[in-house]
Amino acid sequence: MLLGRTANGLYWMNRYIERAENMARLVDAGLRMALTRTQSASEEWNSVLLSAGSDVAFTQKYQDYTAANVADFLLRDTSNPSSTMSAIETARNNARMVRTALTRETWESINEAWMALKRMLAKPIDERDLPSVLDAIKRETALIRGCFYGTMLRNEIFDFSQLGTYVERADNTARILDVKYYVLLPSISWVGSTLDNYQWESILRSVSAHRSYRWVYEADYKPTNIADYLILNVRMPRSLTFCYRFLAEHLKFLGDDYGERHACHATVDRTQAMLRAGSIKDIFDAGLHEFLARFIQDNTKLGDEIAQDYRFN
Amino acid sequence: MRLAAFDEMLPEVSGLRKPYTAYDRWLKEQDPARLTEKMQDAERVFRKTGITFAVYGEQEASERLIPFDIVPRIISGNEWRRLTQGIEQRVQALNAFLDDIYHRQEILRAGRVPRELIARNEAFLPEMIGVRPPAGVYTHIIGVDIVRISENEFYVLEDNARTPSGVSYMLENRETMMQLFPELFQQIKVRPVENYPQLLRQSLAAVRPQSTKGAPTIAVLTPGSFNSAYFEHAFLADQMGVQLVEGQDLRVVDGHVAMRTTEGYKQIDVLYRRVDDSFLDPLTFRPDSALGVPGIMDVYRAGNITIANAPGTGIADDKAIYSYMPEIVEFYTGRKAILGNIPTWRCSEPDSLKYVLEHIHELVIKEVHGSGGYGMLVGPAATKKECQDFAKKLQAKPSNYIAQPTLALSTCPILTEKGLSPRHVDLRPYVLVSDRIQIVPGGLTRVALKEGSLVVNSSQGGGTKDTWVLDD
Repeated sequence: MLLGRTANGLYWMNRYIERAENMARLVDAGLRMALTRTQSASEEWNSVLLSAGSDVAFTQKYQDYTAANVADFLLRDTSNPSSTMSAIETARNNARMVRTALTRETWESINEAWMALKRMLAKPIDERDLPSVLDAIKRETALIRGCFYGTMLRNEIFDFSQLGTYVERADNTARILDVKYYVLLPSISWVGSTLDNYQWESILRSVSAHRSYRWVYEADYKPTNIADYLILNVRMPRSLTFCYRFLAEHLKFLGDDYGERHACHATVDRTQAMLRAGSIKDIFDAGLHEFLARFIQDNTKLGDEIAQDYRFN
Repeated sequence: MRLAAFDEMLPEVSGLRKPYTAYDRWLKEQDPARLTEKMQDAERVFRKTGITFAVYGEQEASERLIPFDIVPRIISGNEWRRLTQGIEQRVQALNAFLDDIYHRQEILRAGRVPRELIARNEAFLPEMIGVRPPAGVYTHIIGVDIVRISENEFYVLEDNARTPSGVSYMLENRETMMQLFPELFQQIKVRPVENYPQLLRQSLAAVRPQSTKGAPTIAVLTPGSFNSAYFEHAFLADQMGVQLVEGQDLRVVDGHVAMRTTEGYKQIDVLYRRVDDSFLDPLTFRPDSALGVPGIMDVYRAGNITIANAPGTGIADDKAIYSYMPEIVEFYTGRKAILGNIPTWRCSEPDSLKYVLEHIHELVIKEVHGSGGYGMLVGPAATKKECQDFAKKLQAKPSNYIAQPTLALSTCPILTEKGLSPRHVDLRPYVLVSDRIQIVPGGLTRVALKEGSLVVNSSQGGGTKDTWVLDD
């Protein structure tokens, strides 16, 4: 038995932990692009902000797309509710609220991450320190994940937590792809230019997949392979298919435990069917952007339905 | 201000006291640098686990640790036995008084407590008249604040019969001490406190409503994560293995209080509430309260839920009632109070007011309804101006104040940078009442960390110590 408010707290705690880390990864990818191609760095930062869903808020505050501005806005600005600092703060507030549902190790890892990041992000980040700050953020969230997987009982508490993680992750991967979908479309010159190569690598880097890609496909970046990897690969932990495998699994556990199926179960089945239906070629033929737009919409709907079906608020 | 105080470890007259012999031997073998290190370890443990305390009015430091001192306060088995007899008697009297005051009011008829003290008191809830709580228990969890003056003199400073806090610190202090100094607990037999959460759960289960079928569902009601004692609410719910709920999770369904779960509404039988009376039910008390449950009082009156502690218990620990406790204990138990009161002047009485105003520099003056060390004056430590200002407040509303002599509270040593140094302490043992009375050996020792200070409240810079009752 779980309070609706507790399920809500667990769900959002995990969404925000995931988000805190995703912001760091996006800045990391942007930084790499900016270092390699100084000329159109601002364009790259713009797409980073678009992927983060923070472009509008950013332009209200800043004029220039510089590394310092974007990093500040996405990592430490507390007026940006999705910044790493805001996200970890919200995650901790939720953790505090659901503390009785967490193991001591999990709570302490979140509390310690919050303390460490608060200290680290108290002052504007010196550009020279940016790589080490990004590493530290990823390390803190990795520690939380480790404590969580290592100590939590696999019950409904675990299920609701995982739903938060995978809804957020699927949303993040889909947005990254959608912002850059045009660089993945087959162009006149089939072999990518140097520019394309950087763009492709950036996409993979923003989901920490630039190395593992080469283990799965040949060494060269190919747009269809990249899209295939991030959308359809069953083993890649940030792919849409991977996320939906676990969303479906945890919703099934909940449905079995409670002996009741809800609207969210139908939605997750439908999206999974869509992901299983065809090859990456079919998706390209039908339109990559259209596919992603629909996916993002359905994913948001799934989140809303989970909240409603399990009396979150 | 320096008061000649009785030191519980090393009194000036008689030398090292017996309960501290073994500890003293151990302490002398320790390297001072190692002890300092242990002290820092303790702080790290507390901060990491998030045992913090939100202080009202300090926005920037909204999460602060209550300082912990690593020198234990030690009580012998004999001293403890005497204390528990006095506490049991007092707690029995408190519950009998509450039952009487909400029913026949014999004590008022007998003229032992003035009628107007009850009738005009905000802590008296007319809504509770004629209501008999499940199992007849009003105050289930009590924290009796006790001070010591000398080898044999203990006094009750305050009866906390509403929602006493601090028990989580008692438990975490012991846990921390056992982590820091495991060898000490092998050498010295200390009676355990760790089973408090189990006792609390059993105690709450024992006072469930008669209509409850099967094992009762118990929940802890908290005002929410922004409350200063939230850590404790979460801690106790966790340790007991019960749900931690907020007002927004609860509603009345089919004549019962129920919580909203991921599977729908589930009935609650016993609610350990850490929300004040006035916020408990917006339909009965403060209509603007979002912390309570609309209609819970109707469920309560119908006998379908146990609320611990019962609404209206505040009338028993009100500071104006406090001065009548010796009479109250005698009236209901038929015996003289084993644990005495501190002499108290009721400023509502003209002669007392006159005396208090003349001796304001010597006295401690408290608000009748205040708590947490706010709104009080410690005469000997106050400036002339502060005394004058307070005298004006006192004259404007005398009935709002009581005064007590400034007592030389006993001291215990704390570890400072310069070694051991005595500081004033008090003691809050925790008492559980169901079909029996249980007192966990020890309790929370609060210590005034500032040299010479007599204010031990954590909101005013006090700290805590682990409290040992020896198994001797």
